[in-house]
Amino acid sequence: MSTAVTPGNGRRAGRPGKGVRAGRPHASWALPAVLFFTFFAVVPMALAFYLSFTKWNGLGDPQPAGLANWKKLLDDDRLTQSLTVTVLLTVVSWAFQTVVSLLLGVWAAGRQRNRAVLSAVFFVPFLLSSTAISLLFYALLDPNFGIIHRDTLGSTSGAFLAIVFVGGWQFIPFHTLIYQGGARQIPEVLYQAAAIDGAGRYRQFFSITLPQLRNTATTSGVLMIVGSLTYFETVLILTQGGPGTDTAILPYLMYEAGFKSYDFGYASAIASFLVVAATALSLLLVRLTGFGAMRSTREGM
Amino acid sequence: MESYSRRWFLGAGATTLVSAAGLTACGSGSGSGGSGGTITAFVYGDDAVKVQAKAVSRFNASAAAKKAEGKVKLEKVPGSDYPAKLRTAMGSPNAPDVFFNWGGGSIKAYKEAGQLVDLTDTIKSDPVLKDGFLPSVLAAGALGGRNYGIPMRGMQPVILFYNKTLFAEHKLQPPTTWDHLLDINAKLKKANITPFALGGADIWPELMWLEYLVDRIGGPEVFDKIKNGDSSGWGDPAVLKAAETVKQLIDDGAFGKGFSSVAYTNGGAPAVFAKGKAAMHLMGSWEYSTQLGKFPDFAKKDLGWCAFPKYEGGAGDIRNVVGNPTNYWSVNARTSNKDAALAFLRDCASESYARDLVANGDIPTTSNAAKLLDASPNPGFAKFQYQMVQQAPAFTLSWDQAVDPSSSTPMLTEINKLFVGKSTPARFVAALKELK
Repeated sequence: MSTAVTPGNGRRAGRPGKGVRAGRPHASWALPAVLFFTFFAVVPMALAFYLSFTKWNGLGDPQPAGLANWKKLLDDDRLTQSLTVTVLLTVVSWAFQTVVSLLLGVWAAGRQRNRAVLSAVFFVPFLLSSTAISLLFYALLDPNFGIIHRDTLGSTSGAFLAIVFVGGWQFIPFHTLIYQGGARQIPEVLYQAAAIDGAGRYRQFFSITLPQLRNTATTSGVLMIVGSLTYFETVLILTQGGPGTDTAILPYLMYEAGFKSYDFGYASAIASFLVVAATALSLLLVRLTGFGAMRSTREGM
Repeated sequence: MESYSRRWFLGAGATTLVSAAGLTACGSGSGSGGSGGTITAFVYGDDAVKVQAKAVSRFNASAAAKKAEGKVKLEKVPGSDYPAKLRTAMGSPNAPDVFFNWGGGSIKAYKEAGQLVDLTDTIKSDPVLKDGFLPSVLAAGALGGRNYGIPMRGMQPVILFYNKTLFAEHKLQPPTTWDHLLDINAKLKKANITPFALGGADIWPELMWLEYLVDRIGGPEVFDKIKNGDSSGWGDPAVLKAAETVKQLIDDGAFGKGFSSVAYTNGGAPAVFAKGKAAMHLMGSWEYSTQLGKFPDFAKKDLGWCAFPKYEGGAGDIRNVVGNPTNYWSVNARTSNKDAALAFLRDCASESYARDLVANGDIPTTSNAAKLLDASPNPGFAKFQYQMVQQAPAFTLSWDQAVDPSSSTPMLTEINKLFVGKSTPARFVAALKELK
């Protein structure tokens, strides 16, 4: 729902009024997308928000319950734990995925044939379904018949790191692609000028490549963070929120309330909370990073 | 990740829409009890499903099906998702006409929503059904004295399985008392064998340990009180003692180091047991058909069984049993072809159905079962199990099926926390007492 916000911000900081209409397609072009978004995102969200004020076990009609679910949400110790785990997972995943995909992306931006071939190979994990990937790693992590003969998923840090790793394994290729594209956009002249000034390979990376990739890093960062908030299949298949409740992130808590305890009212309250939190977080990120303003990286050229 | 989160939201949205549509359909009251048309049956898709598959093809070719102008389509739902998928389906217009369940707490919500056909009178007026099943098993699936289910699988007591070959190699006898069991554990560990296989990732195999220990230490009355809605029953000293005993077993390495990463449903725990890495496995009687399906040699040559040992000074009888009496077919009140559904259910009392169950290693709960057991792939096991259930002074229904689904999940979470060491026996008891 971050995506719904970005255009609004863009317009506010947009260019002068004149000529704005010129060359823009008619508003009706957006109709299919708007309808799709309404029926498959806005309506379900509204329904979930409505359900959060009811008591419903999935059968019969929901009964109004006032603020009971929201009060329960505030009192629930598991929500606090879940929020902590979710934030931790988001931050660690972001750090892990950004570092690896930045380096891989910059490397893959080179035009050599071997890099092109390897980039194509690296991209394969992103094409697999996350369920298939999770099942695969679940089998690999079996303490008796897997590759690591230890209780990886039974310890808190092991289970947490396994989720970070499996998520990274799947999504790093995607972010590598973004960074590859970003790195290829950097004008060659900058490197040529730096070479004349005597800058070496590392100096060029830190003084040219990194600053030039600022907007790319923001895009990829927002995608990673919002994605981590709704991360689910991997947790469901690898750990089921365990050991105990140590990896029960918010979406998993919601699933458990809805599809295990059949308390759809409470599950909807968690879902509504998640929507609000994710929207607020992506707004904040967009503000902080100046992504909305989209200042050019070629200023002064 | 973005594309993923979008997809996820779409999925959730679609489910919501479908559910909403289901509500409308409910409100307008779709016709029921009509005749004609194919009916759908949801079944738990494990290795034993071939018996139901055979019953369906037999029924579809039978005269009864022609008379009811209906055929049955069997939908095998993968094991661990079954309850959630059933609940979603039952709230939607695509609800199954006939569905597999565990009786008791597992169908309470459907009964309260008026979604079950009351089978009490049907059973009473139909000698095939009335005399077809053991009365105690029929009664165990009832709610408030009314029948909503027809027994359709074997009886499923929880049994202590052991590897006969390993036991013989190390000159061990199956345990009869708790001290004896601890002694065996010590000897096995010395030989570098994990005493017990445990699929801790699924949690319900962990539950079985507590069920038996509470029964052996405090007797069946302890859980009876809890089942009837009195959560102060968790404060019984037997529960604390059972939790402490479990803790000792874990600290002692009785389940090996990695048990919480091993699942039963994906075949992990049965494989540990069948390959001799673990010597014993506390599991429902379906372990036999599971092993027969996955490791037939092991099931035929090495698999031994015994009752859960007696606890010294405990109040529980060694003959007491925990587990599931059996599984049941229930009929959706909104079915389009009730005649076909009932005709299909009658097949469960037939001798050919019982024979198929026996051939699969299950013990039918039909009254004609006793004389068929000689045809079982393992008559010894069949008779052991049949007698075990027949002679049991008390048969405690699995806790997660007996209590309301809303307290079943937090209960399982607390049990898992106890097993992985995220909780202590005292905190475990305190947390359970908080459950409604």
